[in-house]
Amino acid sequence: MTTSLRELVAHIESGMSVAVPTDYSGVAMSAIREIIRQDIKKLHLIGVPTCGLQAELLIGAGAVEVFESSALTLGEYNPAPCFSRAVKNSTIKLIDATCPAIHAALQASQKGIPFMPLRGIIGSDLLNHHPNWKTIQNPLAEQEDPIVIIPAIKPDFALFHAPLVDEHGNVWVGRRKELVTMSQASRGALVTAEKLYEGNLLEDEKLAAGTLPSLYVTASAVTPNGSWPLSFWHGRDEDSEHLKLYCKMAKTEEGFREYLDQFVFQEVSQ
Amino acid sequence: MTDINTKIELICFIANLLKDTNHVAVGAASPIPGAAALLAKEVYGSPRHVNILGSVKNNFFTNGAQELFDCAAQGRIDAFFLSGGQIDGSANINLMGVGDYPTNSPRWSGTFGSAYLYFLIPKVILFREEHSRRVLVDKVDFISAPGASEDNIYRTGGPYGLLTNKAFFKFNKQTRRFSLQSIHEGSSLEDILNNTGFSFDYQPNTPQTVLSSQKMRQTLQQNTRPKIEEVYPQFARTLFANTEQTS
Repeated sequence: MTTSLRELVAHIESGMSVAVPTDYSGVAMSAIREIIRQDIKKLHLIGVPTCGLQAELLIGAGAVEVFESSALTLGEYNPAPCFSRAVKNSTIKLIDATCPAIHAALQASQKGIPFMPLRGIIGSDLLNHHPNWKTIQNPLAEQEDPIVIIPAIKPDFALFHAPLVDEHGNVWVGRRKELVTMSQASRGALVTAEKLYEGNLLEDEKLAAGTLPSLYVTASAVTPNGSWPLSFWHGRDEDSEHLKLYCKMAKTEEGFREYLDQFVFQEVSQ
Repeated sequence: MTDINTKIELICFIANLLKDTNHVAVGAASPIPGAAALLAKEVYGSPRHVNILGSVKNNFFTNGAQELFDCAAQGRIDAFFLSGGQIDGSANINLMGVGDYPTNSPRWSGTFGSAYLYFLIPKVILFREEHSRRVLVDKVDFISAPGASEDNIYRTGGPYGLLTNKAFFKFNKQTRRFSLQSIHEGSSLEDILNNTGFSFDYQPNTPQTVLSSQKMRQTLQQNTRPKIEEVYPQFARTLFANTEQTS
């Protein structure tokens, strides 16, 4: 039931919206490089709730039309060079949000409702610039009580890296429930997994509690080390040397092109 | 004071601000507040719960990344830390960038959860080591999260104070101004006035910040250290670099 990385990524078409998780949650970096190799463009990328190297690479490669998230951060390797250039030169459209609003928008989609109300935000300049958020009066309150409503976000795909997938297409995400939210909010999930689980994840009660059923999974590929060079919460540290090298190379546009040649285009598609 | 000693003093200072809390949450890239929360738990037994975002061992949330925000909205988080590329005299913070949005230059990472958590967590401690006119400005270029809100806005939380490597200010919700509480060793009122871009309230005889106790520093070195190493290995290496033999 699992497929190749190449076939997995081929589900994504130019112009689609793709939700991806934050760095600590399981990032499908192999798939991100494959997106660049397949020359998929004009993506609406949604960072749940923030984004890191994956957005930086896709933006640098010119694959992103709209970037919707609460932050783009490379952690201690900040600032992100391609993102900084893209913002300065207005080559991407930004939809800046705040973390719980991204979660709320996906939860609305997950529940099949048009919006989710959310506290806070009023008085932040985010509200003046966000194209879709609205402030309404709490319809249940008698006194004045303005509250922001966050329209549902329904991405075409959720794309992430998980520890385990089984032959039936069930995916184990453990306590990373935001991955479940992302997947259920989207039309489907595209998942790379560290390992193939022999058997059925749903037949083990302990594992079933942290399993995303195959109903929500469009395709999955076994991709060991799939989050490289980022760390993986289920067992691997980041490749610090490589991340330092990236920052050094990506300082200039030419250097970034060289990085793509060396580490993306020369990598063999699986 | 050396850079490392300053950091140790900041950790102990923050730990003392947390002793009346039950649950402290800490953002991912915040080693000093994270270390302080772990130290307070060690020394005072409160906070009882410390959640460090991005950590596997020091994070007990099981309902995904959204649980932090649900928890905050229910009033289950007592203290949190925010910072800013710019912080102004009304405690507005800017995490977006310098200049006009959306073409900021430099553009910083973005607003993260601040536009929400600032409203809902009672004790938000603004923490920024750099104390300069570049950071502490009269008016931020972009309000990621406002320091205060009108009375008709639902708000159960907000800024408690601002800590830098030179001083500690408390925020007065009524006057919407900072007031200088204490000045750290090595700085002076003149130094603070010269390096702060917003006006604030102060007494001419503002006291010096009380230094940490020997006992607290000892606990930090001996008991909290392994926990800090687990979450912030690089930071722990710098912080405890000179104490390899003694501990």
